[in-house]
Amino acid sequence: MTSDLAIDASGLVKSYGAVRVLAGIDLRVRRGTVFGLLGANGAGKTTTVRILSTLARADSGRARVAGFDVVSDQAQVRRRISLTGQDAAVDELQTGDENLRMMGRLSGLSRSQARVRAAALLERFGLVDAGPRRVATYSGGMRRRLDLAACVVAQPAVIFLDEPTTGLDPRSRHAMWELIAELVESGVTVFLTTQYLEEADRLADSVAVIDGGRVVAEGSPAELKQRVTSERLDLTLADAWAFDQVARSLGERALRADASRLTLGVATDGSASQIRGLLDEIDPERRAVSSFAVHAATLEDVFLDLTDATATSRERESARV
Amino acid sequence: MSDLATSTPVGQALTMAGRCLRVSRRQVDALIMSLLLPVLLMVMFVELFGGAIDTGTKYVTYVVPGVILLCAGFGSATTAVSVSQDMTGGLMDRLRSMNVSGKAVLAGHVTASVARTAVSIELVFLVAAVLGFEPSAGPLDWLAVAGVLLAFVIAVSSLAVAIGLLAKSPEAANGFTFFVTFLPYASSGFVPVHTMPSWIQGFALHQPITPITETLRGLLLGTGVGSNPWQALAWCGAVTAISVAVSSVLFQRRIARS
Repeated sequence: MTSDLAIDASGLVKSYGAVRVLAGIDLRVRRGTVFGLLGANGAGKTTTVRILSTLARADSGRARVAGFDVVSDQAQVRRRISLTGQDAAVDELQTGDENLRMMGRLSGLSRSQARVRAAALLERFGLVDAGPRRVATYSGGMRRRLDLAACVVAQPAVIFLDEPTTGLDPRSRHAMWELIAELVESGVTVFLTTQYLEEADRLADSVAVIDGGRVVAEGSPAELKQRVTSERLDLTLADAWAFDQVARSLGERALRADASRLTLGVATDGSASQIRGLLDEIDPERRAVSSFAVHAATLEDVFLDLTDATATSRERESARV
Repeated sequence: MSDLATSTPVGQALTMAGRCLRVSRRQVDALIMSLLLPVLLMVMFVELFGGAIDTGTKYVTYVVPGVILLCAGFGSATTAVSVSQDMTGGLMDRLRSMNVSGKAVLAGHVTASVARTAVSIELVFLVAAVLGFEPSAGPLDWLAVAGVLLAFVIAVSSLAVAIGLLAKSPEAANGFTFFVTFLPYASSGFVPVHTMPSWIQGFALHQPITPITETLRGLLLGTGVGSNPWQALAWCGAVTAISVAVSSVLFQRRIARS
């Protein structure tokens, strides 16, 4: 059944000039879930959002959003989606209330409906006191909250959030996460892009990691974490000589080796006996390892692992040519 | 879940026009342009320059059309800058993803621009009256004056929107409008064309501001307008049509590039 899919995209390709930004992206997002598109700067996140929100057209591939084709049923898609881009889309010189009422009017609400809706959203987004003030006086966090409120004025079925918390302080970021989580409870489908793995881990039901215009991994945050390893033993080595020795003896098993900081990791199941065994194997003389720590794998491990792997395979490809 | 309310393009344009006016009421530079400048220009031309300029009539009576057209030109800077700002921020993406048509947004800017300039023009007439302006126009003449001014202001506002779309930044948009504000000086707006060097006369007589000025002057003073109104309306119509066509191409190009 495709009807339970809010977003169904296949084979999206997009180039700007000679630069191929998307090299064939397939994405499926179930209704009422949060989907996190994870990638570094320039990986193609914003381009994907622009195509799915009908603002840009893919060179090839197809996408259906909220049940309609983004190209042939553009108007139908637009009536059911909303976008919050990286640049705030609110007027500095209007008050928060005026901004929301304007969006209400533009989306077809009557004057009085727009007023009621604006008041309700100010309440829900914690901006009641700020409502009558000009946006120019808002903090960064308040501005993002207003931007998000403006995004849901028209009660969209699917909302696109392009890096919704970039540049926010931790408190404002947590406030945004709570608001986004509440939106999902009301039945909205959220498609968000982020470079913060914690954000994807916290909010997303499913995640796709993109790198170089391709999806390099897909699944729930938990599944992705399992793909790498459940636990990781992080070692700090005594000196550069010890680092070289250990790195050489571990070979492919070394994770996230960092010669300048003399650190590297190795996968483990986290049990005391295995860690003891590993340490004995790596450092029989008991001199090379100066300290260690055991970490649960984070999405960051997955991310670095995956993007690193594709970078290496790309290098190999280009070396072959 | 969603009731899928829709708004009409005209409703959207009016909402955007209301928003542009609300915002410009809060912008110091827009306020100066549309409220202070008309007063200052009238006082400057009539009281400072006027004594030295011989036009055969009271200078305040002669100069009113020129100052009006100049104010409309200066006002276009506000319009061009605000269009440019809308194109560079995130607003246009949001609006397009909500299916608000770009045409409605631009029409909103033109409408707001016309409203702002109308206020400036009324101020010019008011200050002129204080300084001794004595028009001899009848009700029909005034109606014709209003019609010609409306056509001119729509033309200048549409041109300003095109400039706002063309400019890469709000600052550049502001700079472009210099040409619009320069034209009235090289017309019959401030001094009679026959007092200019002959090589400028050729330009002054064949640029849009001169027939518009002559039409307004003829109607206000009851001195006859000849073929000037038709030339004036033809210029306004042509500038509007070209600006709208160019704007629609520029708008598509701007959004396709992003």
